[in-house]
Amino acid sequence: MRTLLFCLVLAGGAAAAAPQFEDTMAQRTLACSACHGKEGRAAPDGYYPRIAGKPAGYLYNQLLNFREGRRHYALMARLLDALSEPYMLEIAQHFASLDLPYPPPRPASVPQALLQRGHELVTQGDAKAKIPACVQCHGERLTGVAPNTPGLLGVSRDYLNAQLGAWRTGQRRAQAPDCMAQVAKQLAPDDVAAVAAWLASQPLPADPHPIASLAQRPPLECGSAHFPTGKAP
Amino acid sequence: MTAKRIVIAATALAALAAVLVAVVAWLNLRGESEGPVEAGTAASADAVARGAYLVRVGNCIACHTERGGVAFAGGRAIDTPFGVVYSSNLTPDAATGIGAWSSADFWRALHNGRARDGRLLYPAFPYPNYTLVAREDSDAMYRYLRSLPATARPNTPHRLRWPYSTQSALAVWRALYFRPGTQESDPAKPPEWNRGAYLVRGLGHCSACHTARNALGASSDMMDLSGGLIPMQNWYAPSLTSRNQAGVADWELAQIEALLLSGLAPRGTVLGPMAEVVLQSTQHLSPGDAHAMAVFLKALPQAKDEARAPALPLATRVEERGAKIYERHCAQCHGDKGEGVAGAYPALAGNRAVNLPVTANLVQVVLGGGFPPATAGNPRPFGMPPYATILSDEDAAAVISHIRMSWGNRSGAVSELDVARQRSSTMP
Repeated sequence: MRTLLFCLVLAGGAAAAAPQFEDTMAQRTLACSACHGKEGRAAPDGYYPRIAGKPAGYLYNQLLNFREGRRHYALMARLLDALSEPYMLEIAQHFASLDLPYPPPRPASVPQALLQRGHELVTQGDAKAKIPACVQCHGERLTGVAPNTPGLLGVSRDYLNAQLGAWRTGQRRAQAPDCMAQVAKQLAPDDVAAVAAWLASQPLPADPHPIASLAQRPPLECGSAHFPTGKAP
Repeated sequence: MTAKRIVIAATALAALAAVLVAVVAWLNLRGESEGPVEAGTAASADAVARGAYLVRVGNCIACHTERGGVAFAGGRAIDTPFGVVYSSNLTPDAATGIGAWSSADFWRALHNGRARDGRLLYPAFPYPNYTLVAREDSDAMYRYLRSLPATARPNTPHRLRWPYSTQSALAVWRALYFRPGTQESDPAKPPEWNRGAYLVRGLGHCSACHTARNALGASSDMMDLSGGLIPMQNWYAPSLTSRNQAGVADWELAQIEALLLSGLAPRGTVLGPMAEVVLQSTQHLSPGDAHAMAVFLKALPQAKDEARAPALPLATRVEERGAKIYERHCAQCHGDKGEGVAGAYPALAGNRAVNLPVTANLVQVVLGGGFPPATAGNPRPFGMPPYATILSDEDAAAVISHIRMSWGNRSGAVSELDVARQRSSTMP
């Protein structure tokens, strides 16, 4: 009931007074927030991921991946077709700069053994199956590493499942060397479910920002796009 | 019938067939001449730069590059009502590109629509326009393409239905609809007009979209620019000869130039396929060529206003629903009265694109959203969200109908079926 009331209040608020036009990046990127949620906080259905606060280089690479057919979603590709690389980077930087609170995670509704397996894979990997631990690249706190490695918390289980699945089948790709494709192809279907369930059930740490650099060299080489001339992420 | 008569009739038929074949063959080969063959010397940097510019004016890269592929290496699928045509590799790879082509071969492709090996080319490659390109421009383009890194990418075979897949069908089509030509200068018109005519009709190939095609994919008068639905893509390229569509006869030249160079003008914004044309081609026009195109487009003979039946008022239920959706999703940017925000969000009141008799574009924009092109003149465009996942066919039809019937707009409703058709043909 409280949720319903909250929704009604939101809907009422949206209809009552249209906000004034402001020449800001938020205004320019309303085309993004229609699906990715207000200010890029993610939509409640879990299909469109949160983009607010993800590292700028990661977001920029995803825009290029959609435009160049390494990721597939027709609505995204179509929005990007008329944009320039410097503007795409600016859009990426805009969403990366948003520092917004995260909602609490949904409690996992999977068997304890699966969660346990997920926890293991995330924190220790599986040497026998040649699976590195997520934390080795995505940071001890799993909040990502600037500029190109995304955090893994604060996205829905459905989204994580879908992305890992797409990487296993080659439906989602990245610039070469495509490190996540190598990792995902080592994961058994149950491993995907385990990792997604565990990650989606974790709260964000007190400091949810991507870390500046990893303490140790990551186990895999990952490809990323060059930034447009004269721009840094 | 006696045996003798049968023999006579058969002979006559055979002779007639032979004459027809000869006529078709002649119609296909007329106007071909070898012309000078470029020696294989290194081209000057100037000539290469000129070729690069002309290749941009022709927007060759748009079709000859597949999504995520190497520029000019071909492979992009072009959907046509007759099947799929794949663009070819224009890089100088000897085996798979144009590495073995001479400048005369290249000229023959542009001017006569025939490949180096003699094959007739499909007019998805707009040689009915490119035939007007001057030989020296063709040579400059050739030199630029030859300066690119060679990429080995074998051409993808077309997937066309029979009989369109045959060279003889293409020969008949060409006999009916294609004639090699040159752009003759009109001494009664100023030089800018003549330059504009050359660019718009030839390399710019504006008529490839802005002129309607018949059932065989041909333009009856390919230069009339009176608007056409782009096959398969379901975008309507509006008439450039109508003041109610995209005619610019009453625009200031500077505004026409601004639209070509930046995608944004006080009275219009480009979106959809034209956004890509501006992004990849017209924003790179030299000031002189942008001016020349504007002069020519402004001077196009304007058609009489088309008579349109007065629109029926909307059903109350549709109007109420449309108004509610407009308030919720559209008014924030386009304003309570469809007034828009100058430079950011187009006004919808009195907007020609909103009031077109063909509603394809409006449905496209509401379902798929989009950004105007990011150009030097408008580097950070404001975007329109896609509503395909938010609005049902009924909701989209209601809000579009509301927009077409409010604030002085009187263009009539869009049906749920119109939206559904568009959604199923062009949306994920």
